Amino acid sequence: MYTLGIDIGSTTSKCVLLKDGSEIIAKSLRVGGLGTKGPDSSVNDIWESEEVKKAGITKKDLDRAIVTGYGRRNYEGGDGEVSELTCHALGARFVFDGLRTVIDIGGQDAKIIRLSEDGRMTNFVMNDKCAAGTGRFLDVMANILTVDVDDFTKIAEESTDASPISSTCTVFAESEVISQLANGAKMPDLIKGICSSVASRVAGLARRVGVQEVCCMSGGVAKNGAVRKALEEELKVNIAFDPLAQHFGAIGAALWAYNEHMRKSKSANK
Amino acid sequence: MAEEVKKKKPVDTNSAKYKLGKIAGDAYADAIELKKQGVPIAWVASNFPVEIPETLGIATVYPENQAAGIAARGAGERMCVEAESDGYSNDICAYARVSLAYAKLKSCPEQDVAMPDVLLCCNNICNCMIKWYENLSQELNIPMIMLDIPFNPDYEVSDAEVEYVAAQFWDAVRQLEDLFGLKWDEKKAAKTTEYSCRSSKAWLAATGTARYTPNPFNGFDLLNHMAVMVTARGKQEAAEAMELLNKEYEENHKEGKSTFRGEEKYRVMFEGIACWPYLRATSKGLKDRGINMVTTIYADAFGFDYDNFEEMIKRYCSVPNAICLEKARDKRIKLCKDYGVEGLLVHTNRSCKLWSGFMYEMSRQIGEACDIPVVSFDGDQADPRNFSEAQYDTRVQGLMEIMGQKKMMAL
Repeated sequence: MYTLGIDIGSTTSKCVLLKDGSEIIAKSLRVGGLGTKGPDSSVNDIWESEEVKKAGITKKDLDRAIVTGYGRRNYEGGDGEVSELTCHALGARFVFDGLRTVIDIGGQDAKIIRLSEDGRMTNFVMNDKCAAGTGRFLDVMANILTVDVDDFTKIAEESTDASPISSTCTVFAESEVISQLANGAKMPDLIKGICSSVASRVAGLARRVGVQEVCCMSGGVAKNGAVRKALEEELKVNIAFDPLAQHFGAIGAALWAYNEHMRKSKSANK
Repeated sequence: MAEEVKKKKPVDTNSAKYKLGKIAGDAYADAIELKKQGVPIAWVASNFPVEIPETLGIATVYPENQAAGIAARGAGERMCVEAESDGYSNDICAYARVSLAYAKLKSCPEQDVAMPDVLLCCNNICNCMIKWYENLSQELNIPMIMLDIPFNPDYEVSDAEVEYVAAQFWDAVRQLEDLFGLKWDEKKAAKTTEYSCRSSKAWLAATGTARYTPNPFNGFDLLNHMAVMVTARGKQEAAEAMELLNKEYEENHKEGKSTFRGEEKYRVMFEGIACWPYLRATSKGLKDRGINMVTTIYADAFGFDYDNFEEMIKRYCSVPNAICLEKARDKRIKLCKDYGVEGLLVHTNRSCKLWSGFMYEMSRQIGEACDIPVVSFDGDQADPRNFSEAQYDTRVQGLMEIMGQKKMMAL
């Protein structure tokens, strides 16, 4: 059985094709989320991928597709939609055994999801309307520093004395970074300070819902080692990371599709 | 294919919904008419003792209710911006901004009101109210009468507090008598009390039908009907309409009917003031998922039932924003347990720092005590710039999915 998970975020679109709810056949990621060509391109990438062609799978073999993410309600290429909260919990649990907490930092929001021992989402908190503590905050800072956000981890490693960013507001923090630059702050110190600022804000949220190990990060910001490290220091827990982190939502959606299809098949056979 | 024409349901003029809507609507028109006849008009804080102006024959306008109406009809931002252009910060309560803008413009087609001759302020709902009314007093050059009911950090209302507020109650009466040449009439006071208590008893009984499953009403109905409890609870017609409402809800239960359209799959408590600029969006986001908001402390807050003067004062000292966290929490836990609530949806109302600031900790405690998920969303009671429908939608869906999984596990 083949199921597809489509995660349409605010900045990127991700897809995962799953076989029998247990094996990832193909995955894709496109820049461009809701309202762009990103979702369609990401889905097409799956069907055009070498892995899918090699396995001889076609669209006709697809049993069910579920859409998640902010664009879930407006995308017509799925059989249903599920919130990204449930999907990130499911997807992360697929990768990490005994997972109890997911810290998901995406393009425009941050969420902390608590899971029960048997892996069900039991509660969550999300950031308020402010974009501080999200991927957007990092993008804005990368833009003014003219540095690729993907290079943050490497540059922050060279920091000897992180420059504290005290403003929580993205716009105020932008001004603060510019003044620190003007005052001669070093790039690695500034970048480490920026990452710590995100971590500090997310840690505040995480404490509200309570963090239990095993804890992992998901979403695009999970790739940022400096944020992960700062979060570990703030929360005093180990934060697990997997290169699939950005695809957890799509994996979860594909798993949901699998479970749903199984349920429907069972009731049809009764 | 013939186009389907959706027939509008005829208005039942004998229904509680119609009667309550008429009372709330007429209250504004009546005050405008009474103003022309020379009757003094008071702008009144929502939790000010209605017994005072009603007994003295002073016509009332409730700026909080007016602001809610203006916001629900889409003019919240326009009025807020008007106040902001006069220097009021956008961090101030949006009801205050709308009201201050109205005091300046003296016109807003979305909800016009009679201009006041006096301001009756009470801070049992919040302290922002004091500065809001002080500014109105200055801008309009009219007196402001203040009833100070401070936040109570203790669980019970002390005798000292009752004495303190009672003295102010009578002082307010004397001031109004002197200002407008009116006379306190014990017989009329008794009638006002009778109607206020009848309204309150019936209102609380109606909201109490949430003990039935499925709920005989859609919780969003309460947000509309409570306007009468705010603006007219001391009037005979309000008491009668509230009694009719309770009767209808009881009948709904007996007949297996509800004003909640569709299947009630989940029951939640809504915390905080309604997000008036997005009432439809917030309501639809729940209804579409079979989630009924069966209870909210905000509605019950306007039920003032008492047997004597001292009890009345105690009621006004015990409104939701004047009580300590522990008491406020316990009241909500009781609602959740009595009404089979499965989740808590918290409106982090950017206008109300007191209420929303409290809720982070209080909702955590409620969630633990009732073993229910708690989800919050950002919004505002009147300023539409503080709400994102997509964010709301994700949170509500997440809440539904947790409640759904819990139900599945229980089977």
